[in-house]
Amino acid sequence: MMQTTAVVIGAGHAGLAMSRRLTERSIDHVVLERGEVANSWRTQRWPSLRLFTPNWLTRLPGYDYAGDDPRGYMPAAGVVATLTRYARLAAAPVCTATTVHTVRTTPGGFEIQANDEMLHARAVVLATGACARPAIPAVTGAVPRSITTLTPLTYHDPSQLPDGGVLVVGASATGVQLAGEIHRSGRPVTLAVGEHVRLPRRYRGRDIFWWLEIMGVLAERYDQIDDLTRARHLPSPQLTGTPEPAATDLNTLTAQGIRLVGRLGRISDGVAQFSGSLRNTCTLADLKMNRFLARADNWANAHGLGDELPPAHRLSPTQVDPLTPLELDLTSGEITTLLWATGFRPDHSWLDIPVRDHAGHIRHDGGVVTSAPGLYLLGMPVLRTRASTYIHGAVTDSEALGAHLHSFLNSQLR
Amino acid sequence: MTITDRPVENGVNVQALLDARNALSAAPEAAQFTWRASCTWRNGTHSHSTVASFAGLGAEQQHRTTYEFDTDHPECFASEDNGATPVEFVLVGLAGCLTAGVAAVAQHRGIQLRSVTATIDGAMDILGILGADPDVRNGFEAITVRFAIEADASRDDLEALIAQSQKRSAVFDVVANPTNVLVELA
Repeated sequence: MMQTTAVVIGAGHAGLAMSRRLTERSIDHVVLERGEVANSWRTQRWPSLRLFTPNWLTRLPGYDYAGDDPRGYMPAAGVVATLTRYARLAAAPVCTATTVHTVRTTPGGFEIQANDEMLHARAVVLATGACARPAIPAVTGAVPRSITTLTPLTYHDPSQLPDGGVLVVGASATGVQLAGEIHRSGRPVTLAVGEHVRLPRRYRGRDIFWWLEIMGVLAERYDQIDDLTRARHLPSPQLTGTPEPAATDLNTLTAQGIRLVGRLGRISDGVAQFSGSLRNTCTLADLKMNRFLARADNWANAHGLGDELPPAHRLSPTQVDPLTPLELDLTSGEITTLLWATGFRPDHSWLDIPVRDHAGHIRHDGGVVTSAPGLYLLGMPVLRTRASTYIHGAVTDSEALGAHLHSFLNSQLR
Repeated sequence: MTITDRPVENGVNVQALLDARNALSAAPEAAQFTWRASCTWRNGTHSHSTVASFAGLGAEQQHRTTYEFDTDHPECFASEDNGATPVEFVLVGLAGCLTAGVAAVAQHRGIQLRSVTATIDGAMDILGILGADPDVRNGFEAITVRFAIEADASRDDLEALIAQSQKRSAVFDVVANPTNVLVELA
């Protein structure tokens, strides 16, 4: 049996950031990675995907973006290159091609079965990410067999799709980007829109993330957020990283010729039925966006930037066709492909420790799994701050959890 | 939103609702409710319904009293008009649910209401239920709810109020979204 002080599972941005913190603290550890560094970005992301956070925000412990396009949005291949470089820079002890099968507690800590080996460690950091599996609603069972179904993990580009119409289910960051890309390939897209978050790509001449950062929104701590469950499950904003900043809200998609329908409810005898709540869903998203923009304007005024920035303005309300169809016959031949853009879930199925709540989520206090001392969770939405959802959140998250892990080890020695 | 020194009082116990949310999140089995009604045919299109009990919080529960409702159709349908039509009961349910939501959300957001009136229209082409046109659905073509609200709040705040009320409304969800319905012989 191999023995190490700490095991980090997953060599993505979060696992590598943690590795760097453990190295800083001279804590002996290994990073177990089922594939290569940045495996999800290499194998499970479509090539046109870019981060929707600007490059200047792509920070990790001891790493700041130093390229020549700080206002650009990094393509998936760029994320792979950045993380690969970072792993080298941080001299992360990554064991590649190492699949974790089980993690259990033992009297002395944890035992980790990876490939055919058993490892023993006093602390374990779960950093396999929030987007390991697509979240697919149960209604998938009722999709007619004639329809090709895809998820963001199996989607590559429109050329893999049969000709004909495409139903994209879900209008968050993934759904709006792929709806646009697929529609441009000549396959008419219908987009099923549930609850969503609308934000402009840029506001008053600045990227929306400039506002979120400078106003302190991203720094809001998990224990100061009113409704943490909701914050952690909020859909990603309708933003897309494109070579040039571009709006990808529902009005843009409608203008492109994409048809909007309500949230997909049920498929009955091959007929998809959509919610009649589309108008209210859009109204809610518009109201929330406008409240945020008003907050941004107040912030700018309070900080003496009111006259320096381009003038305040509001985006046009989301247009919803009063005759939006409530049904779509999936057996008519009009639709040939259905793409589930209904979000992602983490996959901790190999974690054999009773730390889950009734909904199957790991119970934790800002990443500290208090019911299993020595166990930590990292790289999850709003883990410790709103920034935790994004790559740069790992800077402060790994610092806090690294410090906690360190004092946990020290407390064991006493 | 106007800030006043007087505490907002819309008669909604928001604290009880928030406490219930916390308690039921910790004990989700108690959050499983079953609502019931029973309906007895009288004559023609006239039926009589009662609502008395429901199940929830892990136990059988009773209303303060048994509520009774007559449903029928109007005289122009060659009926006796002994009560509102069943589709009007749906409108009553939707309006009641949304209005309760407006009050609860207003209380939570510190908005003092002075009056709230919802007018609700359900447009229906009865060629559907008559089976005269296969392209016409049985149900409403569209439902319109118009809220007249007097309150210490801006129009934007009131827009947000009715939007949030729709978002959390059970009847709005029932009406706007598909639900599996099983009808069988006892």
